Amino acid sequence: MSAADLLPRFWRSELRLVFGRLRNLAALGVLGAVPVLIAVAVRLSRPEDAQGPAFLSSITDNGLFVSLTAMTAVLPLFLPLAVAVVSGDAIAGESDLGTLRYLLTVPVRRTRLLVVKYATVVTFCFAATLLVGLVGAAVGLALFRAGRVTLLSGTTIGTPAAALRILLIGLYIGVCMAALGAVGLFVSTLTRYPVAAMAATAMLAVTSEVLDAVPQLHAIHPYLLSHWWLAYGDLLRDPMSFLSVGQGLVSAAAYIAVFGTLAWARFGGRDISG
Amino acid sequence: MTRTAAAPDVRRPSTADGDEAVRTSGLSKRFRSGPFRAGQLAVDGLDLVVPRGSVYGFLGPNGSGKTTTIRMLLGLISPTAGGVTLLGRPIPRDAAAVLPRVGALVEGPAFHPQLSGWRNLARLDAADRSADPRTTAARIGAALERVGLTAAAGKRYRAYSLGMRQRLGIAATLLRPRELLVLDEPTNGLDPQGTREVRSLVASLARDGTTVLLSSHLLSEVDQICTHVGVMNAGRLVSQGTLTELRAAAAPRVHVRTTAPGEAAAVLRRAGVTAVTVHSGEVVADLGGHAPEALLRGLVLADVPVREFRVDAADLEDVFVGLTGEGFDVSG
Repeated sequence: MSAADLLPRFWRSELRLVFGRLRNLAALGVLGAVPVLIAVAVRLSRPEDAQGPAFLSSITDNGLFVSLTAMTAVLPLFLPLAVAVVSGDAIAGESDLGTLRYLLTVPVRRTRLLVVKYATVVTFCFAATLLVGLVGAAVGLALFRAGRVTLLSGTTIGTPAAALRILLIGLYIGVCMAALGAVGLFVSTLTRYPVAAMAATAMLAVTSEVLDAVPQLHAIHPYLLSHWWLAYGDLLRDPMSFLSVGQGLVSAAAYIAVFGTLAWARFGGRDISG
Repeated sequence: MTRTAAAPDVRRPSTADGDEAVRTSGLSKRFRSGPFRAGQLAVDGLDLVVPRGSVYGFLGPNGSGKTTTIRMLLGLISPTAGGVTLLGRPIPRDAAAVLPRVGALVEGPAFHPQLSGWRNLARLDAADRSADPRTTAARIGAALERVGLTAAAGKRYRAYSLGMRQRLGIAATLLRPRELLVLDEPTNGLDPQGTREVRSLVASLARDGTTVLLSSHLLSEVDQICTHVGVMNAGRLVSQGTLTELRAAAAPRVHVRTTAPGEAAAVLRRAGVTAVTVHSGEVVADLGGHAPEALLRGLVLADVPVREFRVDAADLEDVFVGLTGEGFDVSG
């Protein structure tokens, strides 16, 4: 029995559907190309050009930081876009094809369908984030040395400790994306047009980021979906601070609970005409 | 309950309570069409009774409410009023327990275009909690075989013709043994050969004891295999019963072609024949319980010059046109 056999059969079948789709594979391909581009660009540039985001200069000290730089680069747009596509398609896509009525008459209970769909979206969120992280780590370590790294607070740590912190950051970003996925799942129950659900979800993510960038709106900032996405910087301090990451996790959990419930309430009793 | 494989035409409906595959009471559905307009009443007070073991032809013109009814039977949409009992259990409350025993084809087949026919069926089977994963491959193979899709099993659904898609939809209903099959327009898009195959497939399933609810807007599609018929028109069930009962309702008519239609009509009326009408040289009347030869003899003895005398057998098509106010082949 392989590890995959331990997952429920329906979930496995959904994973196969999502990860077998050309569109989703293309999105993962683009995401995986980002760390490669960053690593090659830094490698080819002369050291004196190496200015830019905080972690970029650390790359030459330790290749693992390609991973971190790449995750930071895809966080504002590429990653939310991919999550919006997969989550927006979850219910609306089945509704559009008409396969929803056949799933429900199998029968699949509506709550179970939502749970399996969401589990698949969450799997995609972590897979996409960790793909960027792992490709970054692999390319980084191949092109650069694995020396000691200076953290934001000035202390230096070795490669294993840095790898652990970067893994934690990847998981944190995965949770943030899972919150966006819950919003997308809810939007997906509202329409039978998958493209509309995808676009709406992506726009919600970008709108949240735009509002977060307007200082006059600081009163609502803590409640914005994307406000805590960059809070993982605290995991690069010594000792690690979990304060804002913790708030970010609470925010994500709240979004998942609220939008998961909304999706359930909306989908549970809806007439299925598609 | 044991069931013998009787020929469909000798099966009688049982009146015992709970012995129906489908029963609805006052089933109604009003769709909300907007904030300022009253919703359209798509299904209106339906009392559908499908006896176990029957092949029930669910007839009606397009847009008469057949598909909306079927969606309510399967718990896809909720009724505005009334209730549904499927295999003796209330829907939607017991849908999870009942639906595994029901195969359904609703409003045409729908599958993922990028997956093969085989993969699509595997996906449906994976979603079925009560299906045994160890027998999946064998059951999919048998279902595809039964609809003649074995050769196309590995082809993407996208490349399937309309007829192949329809067959795959039927194959999905055969993934497990079913007590009830709900087939909504199963021969849509099939060529005459495919239509015949589906008809014989339905007949063979019925012989095995499966109850079949077969919706169609084509009378010709169902009158050969159905034991029972329900006719929908504008959201209402205008007639329901065995095919024999419905045939009996269609009175045979007597046609007399003559140069003296007035006299012929008078003779027929004196003989007690009803619904006598005269159109340009032809007299038409309900035969009723009269013997045709006695009527003819009466006409001849009264010196009516009879040029043609014939009795038309009951024509179901006429019955349906009479019930629904239009032909069934409206969609062509």
